[in-house]
Amino acid sequence: MDGHGVYIWAAYGLTLVILAANLWWPMLARRNIIRTAKSAMLKGMNSQRPEDQL
Amino acid sequence: MLNWFHRLGSPKIFFEISGRWQVPLLFLSVLMLTGGAAWALLFVPPDYQQGDSVRIMYIHVPAAILAQSGYLMMAGAAAVFLIWRIKLADVAVKCIAPLGASITFLALVTGAIWGKPTWGTWWVWDARLTSTLVLFFLYIGVIALRSAMERQAGAGRACAILALVGVVNLPVIKFSVEWWYTLHQPASFSLTEKPTMPVEMWLPLLIMVVAYYLFFFAIWIMRIRNEILVREKSTDWVKQWLTVR
Amino acid sequence: MNLFIASVQRDLLVHFRHPSEVLNPLVFFIVVISLFPLGIGPEPGQLKEIAPGIVWVAALLATLMSMDSMFRSDFEDGSLEQVVLSEQSTFIFVLAKVVSHWLLSGLPLVLLMPLAALLLFLDEAGTWALTLSLLLVSPTLSLLGGIGAALTVGLPRGGLLVTILVMPLYVPVLVLATAMVQAAEAGSDTIGYVYWLLAILFGSVCLAPIATAAAVNVATDQ
Repeated sequence: MDGHGVYIWAAYGLTLVILAANLWWPMLARRNIIRTAKSAMLKGMNSQRPEDQL
Repeated sequence: MLNWFHRLGSPKIFFEISGRWQVPLLFLSVLMLTGGAAWALLFVPPDYQQGDSVRIMYIHVPAAILAQSGYLMMAGAAAVFLIWRIKLADVAVKCIAPLGASITFLALVTGAIWGKPTWGTWWVWDARLTSTLVLFFLYIGVIALRSAMERQAGAGRACAILALVGVVNLPVIKFSVEWWYTLHQPASFSLTEKPTMPVEMWLPLLIMVVAYYLFFFAIWIMRIRNEILVREKSTDWVKQWLTVR
Repeated sequence: MNLFIASVQRDLLVHFRHPSEVLNPLVFFIVVISLFPLGIGPEPGQLKEIAPGIVWVAALLATLMSMDSMFRSDFEDGSLEQVVLSEQSTFIFVLAKVVSHWLLSGLPLVLLMPLAALLLFLDEAGTWALTLSLLLVSPTLSLLGGIGAALTVGLPRGGLLVTILVMPLYVPVLVLATAMVQAAEAGSDTIGYVYWLLAILFGSVCLAPIATAAAVNVATDQ
């Protein structure tokens, strides 16, 4: 690619990384949110303390 | 029409509707991104002036376009929040800021990488890149204010005000940077100048621009849905939704 | 109108009793300018060429330094909330704050311009243009900075954040003002720049206090 190959691949590679990261981050966050919320719910159901009720 | 708009402002309704569109939207955007990138890398002919590095245009230009329209969308959501007090609009502002900032960052870096083989230097203070840099600072400002005010009640409105102040200034900034550039460097060829392009060059560009937009919306929606789950976690419908997860 | 005059009078009086808050940014301004020859080299030709940029950046930084205090003391003693709750126009109050800020920070900076020009070897035309440009722009700096000050007034360490928020807004005036000084040095006419800077000033007077008042409302709503 007439010597510009390094730049082209660098640019496309960076784009892939940033777009993939933007996809991965909310997916990870969602898993965490569900996990924390569910365990909080479970704790709320098992405990009688009013402060554990959401 | 207005009724639909108000209905969509309900977190629960938005969550349900977006849930149905999320996956197809994401799928379509990734498909278009891959296809467009492949087209740009393999089938577009090299430019007679720039050679193969013109392929970088296909990932830089959509990012630059989205960087700006992302800010406009953020300002639009901010206006909706300030005028109609729809809380979902505040969620939209909060979720779009980091996304827009990362796209702006992408535009800046791919612009720099494009500049190196084309102009021989990593960075060039041309009008477009400079105003993209200022746009990046505007995004960072909104993110910084939100994070500094995280616990406080007025955070949403403060960030909305800031976003609107930024959008009002944006044309002034762009205009002044473009004018500044003509003062200091009368360039005959601009990195982002678009002479009449033949169809085999602008069609893949169009595909990439649409792909970027679809991807942007898909990710934005994902983030909004997450934020809705957090903010509404004590409501019945969320608890219901969680039990079937 | 009474509120306006009373507010300005009070601010001026308070600051005359505690002059360090006014003087510190001015000292900072001179110090920053003095660092450049130390960093770049003492050669007059070189310094003269970049003088407009140096002076202007130093002026922007010095202005931003003093911005934090625009609303903070009123916020802390509760008088900001009083004004918002009262029937008085918050818009007018904000304008009064901007005027007193300008009198205490912008105007002194304008008066320091000849000194800055001397230190960096600007000629007579350049000095006049520099002083005039700051005279035209410093109210705009106070107006736009006020938005940042109001947005961050409730935050414990809002100072640096104000800089980040407001700097992009200063880009247009920076570009215009430095170009005006450079044009004057090159011998060309500067009246066009004056018109543009005035236009920006008038636009800011009309629009900036709206945003600032809105931000003050948010800050006092806790």
